[in-house]
Amino acid sequence: MDNTVPSRTQELIYEMTVGEVMTGQVVTVEPDTSMNDLREVMRSNRISGAPVICDDRLVGIISLEDFINWLAAGSRDATVADRMTQNVTTIYEDEPLVRLVSRLDQCGYGRLPVLQRDDDRLVGVVTKGDIIDGLMRKLEIGYQEEEIRRFRASHVFDDIIADQTTLMLRYDVVGNDFRQAGSGATRLKKALGRLGTAPQVLRRIAIIAYEAEMNIVIYTEGGQLQAKVEAGRITIEANDHGPGIADVQQAMTPGYSTAAEWVRELGFGAGMGLHNIKGCADEMSLDSAVGEGTRLTATIALPGKAE
Amino acid sequence: MNVSDLVQRAELAVKAGAGGLDAEVTGGYASDLLSAVMANAVEGNVWVTWHAHPNIVAVALLVKLSAIILVAGRQPEDETAEKAEQEGVPILVSSLPAFELVGRLHAMGVAGAT
Repeated sequence: MDNTVPSRTQELIYEMTVGEVMTGQVVTVEPDTSMNDLREVMRSNRISGAPVICDDRLVGIISLEDFINWLAAGSRDATVADRMTQNVTTIYEDEPLVRLVSRLDQCGYGRLPVLQRDDDRLVGVVTKGDIIDGLMRKLEIGYQEEEIRRFRASHVFDDIIADQTTLMLRYDVVGNDFRQAGSGATRLKKALGRLGTAPQVLRRIAIIAYEAEMNIVIYTEGGQLQAKVEAGRITIEANDHGPGIADVQQAMTPGYSTAAEWVRELGFGAGMGLHNIKGCADEMSLDSAVGEGTRLTATIALPGKAE
Repeated sequence: MNVSDLVQRAELAVKAGAGGLDAEVTGGYASDLLSAVMANAVEGNVWVTWHAHPNIVAVALLVKLSAIILVAGRQPEDETAEKAEQEGVPILVSSLPAFELVGRLHAMGVAGAT
């Protein structure tokens, strides 16, 4: 907990926007509101300041301090426009909290008016307290959700009564799509992590799944990546529908590759994939028929889970 | 040493994934072959590379690297930055060429596995 909470908070101040934590309904006043009326506005709404709006635009901010200064100066007839602070420090609704924190720090104010980016219209006000409240809400929700997910996932096998249970996870892999490449392996790793897979095992599975997925992306029109989770072992299988490998033995040789030059320029197709898979698997087999397709199977034994 | 210490000491620009800046740096690995990174980089390593395409984020996630450092002022592609931001993988940019950067990182105590 001690390590995860601060880092999650740190992430959140980059992830969450000002719009998510601000107060949306704001009491505003106009420039020609008299200072006398302002007192009533502040008293009845229990606020210590208000943005000043003219024709939908923020033109200033008036605070309790301005009000007191006005009183001290003899409380002569004056409007808000006479006593307000112009050139207000503001922040946009879509900015991350981290920017809000540093801006509050710089300007020394306790609150900032929040503007909408495209038209500079006032959409809310945000205070230091809002930041804390927003973070707490998010942390609590995020923490609970992940806990529940993990709990549910890691108890899948306990709750199913059978002589044998198998969990299949399948991911479609699109051929030649280098943008999406790796997303199957990434999602598989997340899912198996939630199931409580040990980190060392998870790393080996991630490497196998990634290399197998990349082979489908680089060399084929597409296929599937799947993981079969059983008591005692996890089997990764990668299937495609061609073109197939003419010489499997040769394909297994480290450094041997038939990848196109442009693919290699992206850092793929170094001819290390199958070798890497073999190194991470307890058992591996590769069946291929030219013109039909290739099936790669890699098995990892799960220590201590065998029944 | 964590990633943000490295950012300061090696004068790196944080381009995405600032959420991961407090991760501990266990060492470094440099290669432009993704398979080599998958096979050899150690959890928590920073990865020095020339590649800026989105797949580098997947590689970093899969082997749990602490950060990706792009050399020679390379900028991450938009999609790369977006993914990195989502996943909290810091993408850092150095204006130095790879050889020079790795030398300096090493002098700071960021070592590779031998």
